[in-house]
Amino acid sequence: MAGSIITATVGIWIGDQGVLSLEELAMACSAETEWIIELVDLGVLTPQGGDRSSWRFGATDLGRARRLLRLCRDFEVNLAAAAVILDLLEETERLRARLRRAGLEVD
Amino acid sequence: MEFKDYYRILGVERSATEDEIKKAYRKLARKYHPDLSKEKDAEARMKEINEAYEVLKDPEKRAAYDQLGGRYRGGQEFRPPPDWGTGFEFSHGPFASADFSDFFNSLFGGFGRAGRGFHARGEDHHARILVDLEDTFHGATRMLTLRVPQMDPQGRLVTRERLLQVHIPKGIREGEMIRLAGQGAPGVAGGPAGDLYLEVHFNPHPIYRVDGRDLYVTLPLAPWEAALGATVKAPTPTGPVEVRIPAGSQNGRKLRLKGKGIPGDPPGDLYLVLEVVLPPADSEKAQEVYRSMAERLAFNPRRGLGV
Repeated sequence: MAGSIITATVGIWIGDQGVLSLEELAMACSAETEWIIELVDLGVLTPQGGDRSSWRFGATDLGRARRLLRLCRDFEVNLAAAAVILDLLEETERLRARLRRAGLEVD
Repeated sequence: MEFKDYYRILGVERSATEDEIKKAYRKLARKYHPDLSKEKDAEARMKEINEAYEVLKDPEKRAAYDQLGGRYRGGQEFRPPPDWGTGFEFSHGPFASADFSDFFNSLFGGFGRAGRGFHARGEDHHARILVDLEDTFHGATRMLTLRVPQMDPQGRLVTRERLLQVHIPKGIREGEMIRLAGQGAPGVAGGPAGDLYLEVHFNPHPIYRVDGRDLYVTLPLAPWEAALGATVKAPTPTGPVEVRIPAGSQNGRKLRLKGKGIPGDPPGDLYLVLEVVLPPADSEKAQEVYRSMAERLAFNPRRGLGV
């Protein structure tokens, strides 16, 4: 283990307002831009902006794209099946969030 | 670095067929997939399982790995032999992962994916960061420790520890990200480094429950406060406030304090969920009050049930 280096760094805040371009999102997922375009066509990702060159993606898009990648890879399923799994996972999360909001314990 | 016993990770014999390996992988993936699993160490386990499968499902990689043979046991200190990999050509699948272990990377080369030219940009990395709810109200600075594998000038793999000072911006919400340019994987042959994405999550808070930019808190009330109305103190992350409770408030009623949630444009709201708490009837005096209520109030809480 070499010595540690301290770096102070300024981050860019990625919220639900689109920040990432198509290329940046693809890079963040280690995926090809064609794959991202497929996700938009499928309605899984909903970028702001009109044509591809002005698409902007937010944190939710990045999270969903990476999850889909993991699901496709780890279960060897196609994109359509992974998208269904993702929908169900998100539905479960919404319900859990409602339970938590109501003050009920979720295991 | 440690030798990894990929057969043991997947729970199969060294003689396992391709089909047996696939079956074992699928079973483990269902159990440990971080998107589905409730196991605490699911993410780490899944990484390990993926790595083992990446090697054992690929005949070339498996054959090369088998050549190391029974010479090592899992966890044993390991250096790749000098003649390692001769006669093999490794390719990566479309999903080759950037976050495999040093052991994997030293054997099969995890830097830059096959097909990328020189001067390739480093991969983007991802991590989760836990912050306190208070941090998003005031903004905060956090120190992060990153363990990053790097090539030294001799081309050997070394792990460097890096401390990063990160600013948590005021108003950031659960699931949002902070992108740190150039803090991901180093580039190949002088290419630029990748970025690091930090996904923000809140530590559970003893009082507040978070939902997007809104907060929820249970506000206990005495029966007379709920029945007659009252002005009581309620907590907010920026300090207590006085709240007027309307007369006749029932359990579960929500009072909204506009703009008292997570800061932003617009800011979130803080919801007070009213909860009437009965005083214990543990003294003669208290019992007397309850008896008097029973006698003097014509109250049947079960009227709605028709009994």
